[in-house]
Amino acid sequence: MKKRTAWFGVFTALALIFSYVETLVPVIVGIPGIKLGLANLVIVIVLYKMDVKTAALLSVVRVLLAGFLFGNLFSILYSLSGGVFSLFVMAFLRRTNWFSLIGVSIAGGVCHNIGQLVVAAIVVETFSVTYYIPYLLLAGMVTGMAIGFTADKMLEHLKTIKLV
Amino acid sequence: MKRNDWFLITGIVIISILFFVMHYISGQKGAGEVTVFVDGKMYGRYLLGKEQEIAINDTNVLRIENGTVTMAQASCPDQLCVHQKAISRNRESIICLPNQVVVEVTATEEKTYDAMTN
Repeated sequence: MKKRTAWFGVFTALALIFSYVETLVPVIVGIPGIKLGLANLVIVIVLYKMDVKTAALLSVVRVLLAGFLFGNLFSILYSLSGGVFSLFVMAFLRRTNWFSLIGVSIAGGVCHNIGQLVVAAIVVETFSVTYYIPYLLLAGMVTGMAIGFTADKMLEHLKTIKLV
Repeated sequence: MKRNDWFLITGIVIISILFFVMHYISGQKGAGEVTVFVDGKMYGRYLLGKEQEIAINDTNVLRIENGTVTMAQASCPDQLCVHQKAISRNRESIICLPNQVVVEVTATEEKTYDAMTN
């Protein structure tokens, strides 16, 4: 149990650092809200290496801390909805075994964006957000794939390390 | 990667292409006006052909230039809408989430036939 708490701290710190690094990367001009989602790398690894509960807790803690440190209440609302929806889908797909880790990560990336878009549509009370759907789908897919490949490679190296 | 992963990727790409095609078709309709919504309510309509700067409450400034629309200023810290590319085609939009401002290019409203037929 103590070991778990220690690992959780390590992963929280890691996810937070990734969130910070991401604020330093300029936003790609053109479409708002497209990010690499580096912190999701940590979430995916925890999801596969530990369990859903830890990954969910990490996801929420990460969003809240990063939001208060580098963002604002609005960004917390969007990140939280995206993060929770994405994790829910990834946890479900992981259990079904339909996809490899990369597929799961792609679904997670896409759902992250869909979750945010839905909240955005509710907040501004408009359907104009549909204009962004294809961009966000493709962006979520590409970043999800990148995260998936990296997580896959990392898990290979972490094979001998037991976390729980 | 599993075969299902590729199905997923193909599915996402196809859905995206469908959306692009849909937007292309709706973009064919002539774009003539810019409609601004704040908080989900209509704030105003402006002609796309007329060069102008529009202050939206105290939070945003919209610029219409050469038939394209950009957000010139926004009071929010992230400035995402300011960095967004110019829009000019029907149904394209710029959205400032923190200030709940939606700017959408719309086709010129067709006149009702009542006026013509009397």
